[in-house]
Amino acid sequence: MSNAVSAARPLAPVTRRPTFKWGPVFDHAILIAGSAFMLVPVYLAFMTSTHDAVTVHTGGVQALPGGSLVDNYATVMFDGLGFSGAVNGTTMMLNSLILGLGFAVGKIVLSMMAAYAIVYFRFPLAEFAFWAIFVTLLLPLEVRILPSYEIVQSMGLINTYTGLIVPLVASATGTFFFRQFFKSVPDELIEAARIDGAGPLKFFLDILLPLSRTMIAAIFIIMFVYGWNQYLWPTLITTNEDYFTLVRGIKQIIQVWVGSQIPEYGQAMALAVLAMLPPVIVVVVFQSWFIKGLTESDK
Amino acid sequence: MDKVRFGHSIVPYLFLLPQMAVVAVFFYLPAGEAVRSSFFLEDPFGFSSTFVGLDNYADVLSSTEYRRVAIFTVWFTVLVALFALAIALLLAVKADTVLRGAKTYRTLLMWVYAIAPPVAGLLGILLFDQHVGPFVDIASWFGWNLRIGVNYYDTAFAMIATAVWYQVAVNFIFFLSGLQSIPRAVREAALIDCRSGLRRFFTVTLPLLTPTAFFLLVINVTYALFDTFGLIDLMTKNEPGNNPVTLVYKVFLDGFRGNDLGGSSAQSVILMIVVFALTLVQFRFMERRVHYA
Repeated sequence: MSNAVSAARPLAPVTRRPTFKWGPVFDHAILIAGSAFMLVPVYLAFMTSTHDAVTVHTGGVQALPGGSLVDNYATVMFDGLGFSGAVNGTTMMLNSLILGLGFAVGKIVLSMMAAYAIVYFRFPLAEFAFWAIFVTLLLPLEVRILPSYEIVQSMGLINTYTGLIVPLVASATGTFFFRQFFKSVPDELIEAARIDGAGPLKFFLDILLPLSRTMIAAIFIIMFVYGWNQYLWPTLITTNEDYFTLVRGIKQIIQVWVGSQIPEYGQAMALAVLAMLPPVIVVVVFQSWFIKGLTESDK
Repeated sequence: MDKVRFGHSIVPYLFLLPQMAVVAVFFYLPAGEAVRSSFFLEDPFGFSSTFVGLDNYADVLSSTEYRRVAIFTVWFTVLVALFALAIALLLAVKADTVLRGAKTYRTLLMWVYAIAPPVAGLLGILLFDQHVGPFVDIASWFGWNLRIGVNYYDTAFAMIATAVWYQVAVNFIFFLSGLQSIPRAVREAALIDCRSGLRRFFTVTLPLLTPTAFFLLVINVTYALFDTFGLIDLMTKNEPGNNPVTLVYKVFLDGFRGNDLGGSSAQSVILMIVVFALTLVQFRFMERRVHYA
């Protein structure tokens, strides 16, 4: 153990012994084991999704590719899913996309505007507005789920995209993020803008918005993934299958799984793979933005 | 220190309006309603409600069922936070150490963040499934007859394992970024002063990492309490009766399945107080963190 850690950050000229060192080997062994720990469950799910139900039922979870990849994915994407009837994977994916994008865009627009007002204006209610928004950080949706549902229901927003997206936007994470960022923007900019006669709207659109591009990208990725992955709220709000998202559809799988003789393991896993693919791609491709946004928004 | 500001009269209100409207309707209204209905007893059909004072709270807190769920929640939270933090810290320290492949390891270890908790739950169900799950086979080599959904503790084990698996990614991201922000000069000085790697870790690296660790502790507790909802909902397979569930799940169960509005609201308010306390802890610490940095 001690050997392993002592390999930290090389001080190049210090090494005198040209002997083979076990430390790095040990480090890599741990990292490979860790990577396997993260990968193997998803790998097994993917391999299982390429087999038909009977193979899985008799042979257990599959570790090697099978012949039903196209079959399973085509069934899940285009046929009315065996377990829920009318809805298919394409519709659900579209709904997930609407939820993810709608949530991310809504959150960014609302929170940027609010943060702009709080940071750049002097007005009587500024302090109050800040605290009113800030308090929303305290209570996750899960805690106030029943009354939230009743209010959305009484507004007739069950089974609508509005009812699905807007209540999720009611928290302050984004506002906080942009407030921190705006505060770090140098004052000289606004002074210069005022001397040049730019009003608040022009300053916001022509100077602040372009400056915030990277920040917007980072928070967009985080919010998209967050929105796509929502589960409890879509489960309550969408009872009509036309509005099901992929993550919501997962619940449907289980309901059939419990009752059936030979559960459609392959199709279930195909749906799970489809549900995780887009956010995983987004996070892996935009990794550095994503990590920057995640670790800096919490400071 | 104050920022240069515009002194406009109406513009800031227009900018604030959308966010304030959403927050008022979808946050303050429901939160207030939860508090209000926790003091009322509503008949199941919603025709009438009577003010009962603190009766709902008394009922909740004296119920053995609630106590059982609360105890499970505490264990669940402690174990998930502990293992997820420990595994992530080990991996982050190693990923910070290695010279080759650091970026590849980072990608491989963080991507699970993007998976939705219920999808993680579905993977858990598959791998721990009675008939097809490989973990059941592995457990049986050790003479352990793992039966998810039948044996309370086996289900709890599978849930905790899945929840840990999911949370390692987030913790890894934050630990690694915390480690990478330790100045090079400090590392080098430590390397000269102290030959023992393990001792260097405990006397230099870990203290410098405490702010991150503490912040993550709060994040993990919040995660175990609230964000695991989807995972639990999946892994109990709609049969929460004899399966372990957490307090948040019980709020949902009593409210939507049991139609016990007052009881569910009282539980909500109790959880609100818990979250409030957690946030206070987090903020006191965050001030210190700014001080450190």
